[in-house]
Amino acid sequence: MTALEVRNLHKRYGKHVAVDDVSFTVEEGEIFSIIGSNGAGKTTTVECIAGLRTPDAGTISVLGLDVRKHRAQVRELLGVQLQESSLPDAIKVAEALELYSSFYRDPVDWRELMELLGLTGKRNTRYRALSGGQKQRLSIALALVGNPKVVILDELTTGLDPQARRDTWSLIKRVRDTGVTILLVTHFMDEAERLSDRIAVIDGGRVAAVDTPAGLIAQASNLDDAFVALTGRAAGSSESRSKEG
Amino acid sequence: MIRIETRLFLRDPATVVFGVLFPTGLLLGLGAIPALRESSPETGGLRSIDIWAPTALVFGMVMIAVQHVPAVITTYRERGILRRLSTTPVHPRTVLLAQMIVAFASVVVSAALMIFLAWAVLDVAPPERPLEVVVAFIVGYAALLGLGMISAAVVRTSSAANQIGTLLFVALMFFGGAFLPRVLMPDVLREVGEFIPPGLQALTAAWSAEAGEITATAGGQPFWLQIAIMAGIAVIASALAAKLFRWE
Repeated sequence: MTALEVRNLHKRYGKHVAVDDVSFTVEEGEIFSIIGSNGAGKTTTVECIAGLRTPDAGTISVLGLDVRKHRAQVRELLGVQLQESSLPDAIKVAEALELYSSFYRDPVDWRELMELLGLTGKRNTRYRALSGGQKQRLSIALALVGNPKVVILDELTTGLDPQARRDTWSLIKRVRDTGVTILLVTHFMDEAERLSDRIAVIDGGRVAAVDTPAGLIAQASNLDDAFVALTGRAAGSSESRSKEG
Repeated sequence: MIRIETRLFLRDPATVVFGVLFPTGLLLGLGAIPALRESSPETGGLRSIDIWAPTALVFGMVMIAVQHVPAVITTYRERGILRRLSTTPVHPRTVLLAQMIVAFASVVVSAALMIFLAWAVLDVAPPERPLEVVVAFIVGYAALLGLGMISAAVVRTSSAANQIGTLLFVALMFFGGAFLPRVLMPDVLREVGEFIPPGLQALTAAWSAEAGEITATAGGQPFWLQIAIMAGIAVIASALAAKLFRWE
C-alpha cells in the first residue's frame, strides 16, 4: 500500500516558485529520502505534507487520505519532526512526552519511548539544559509518541556530532523495523545513502531523479557525484552544511 | 496542558515575583512609610494608602496581561512551538487558552493575597462592594488582556513584545496612578483614566465609596458606564487580536 503520495505539487511565494511540479510516492515500510541543496524546495514540500502550508496546486495523500480533506485523521497518522521547532525552555523531558502523548487518541507508552531513546536518565531535565543530541532525540520521540504510521524527519542530524549521528541512524532503522514509513529530508549524501531504500533528488523545485541509492550511484562513482551530475551543484559541500547548521 | 503551563509559569521566577508578589510588596513597602498612614482631613479621614491600594492591585493585572502573556505567546511563536503543535491533532489555540487561564489564575491569586495582607497588616478595609469589585476586576482584566493580545498578535519577536509591553505598562500605570497619585492629577487626566484599561476609577469606587469620591471628578462617568466601556474595549480588542493573530 502507498504510505504517501505527492502529485503535481506547486507552491510559490509571491513571484518566487518554491515547488514546481513535484510528484513522488512512498511505499509502506520504506525509508524514503529527499535530498537537495538549500532552497531546492525540500522544506516547502515537507511543510505542505505536514499541513503547515497550503499548496497552490496538486494533491497529497497519507495512507490514501487527502491531507487537506481529512486533516484531523492525517494528524493522528503522521508524526512530524521539524527543523527550527523547539519546546519551552522550562519544560522537563518527561512532561513534554506526557503532554504530547495526551494529544493523540492512540499514543504509544511514552515511558517506553523515553527508554528507547535513552532519555530516561534525563526525564527531569529541563529542555534548555539538554545537549543538541538530546534535544534531537526528544524531538524524534515527540514525532513518534502519537504512534504514527508515517513519520517525517527534517534535517535529522544537522548539528549533531559523528557519534550522535550514528546513534540516530541506528534508531531510525529500528523505528522502520516496527513498520513505520519514514520520509527523511537531508542534505547529507552519506545519511541518505546509508539509510534510504529510495531517494528523490530535488532541484529548482522539481524532482530530478528518484532511484535507489545503488541506482543513483551507478550513474556516477558515488552519490555526491551523482547529485552533482543531476543538479549541477554540490549539495553536500561543507558550505551548505554550515549554512543550515 | 493547563497543568504543564502552570508549572512553566511557576518556574519563571521573575514573573511570579513581579506579577504576583510585587503588588503586595509594594503596598506593604509604602505602608511602612508613616506619612502615608496618616489620615488627613482633606481626604475625609482616609489615609493615602487606602486610596492608593487599588493602584497596587492594577499593577499586577497590567504586568501579567500586557507584559507576561504577550511575551510568552510571541516566544512560543518565535521558537516554533505553535508551529510544532499545529502538526498534532491539537490546535495551537489550546496552548493560548491554557496560557490565558493560568495567567488569569495568577492575577486572582495576586489580588487575593494583596487584599488580604492589606487588610491584615495595614488595616486597609476590604472591598465594600465585593461583587462589583469582582465585576470591575474581571472586565478590566479582560480589557487589558485584549490590548496584550493585540501586541502578541502582530509583533514578530519576543524582544519587540517586551518593548511594547513595557511601553504599555508605563502608559497604563501612569493613568493608573503609579507615578503620581490620581488625587493630584488634573481632572482631565483623571477622566481619561476612566477610559483606560483596566478602569481604575471603577475599581476604586467599588472597593471604597469614600476613596472613589475622592478620586472621581465632577465630569466622571457612573460606575456601570465605566464597566460597559471596559467591556467594549475588551470585546473590540479581542476581536481585533483574533483577526490579526499570526500562527507563524
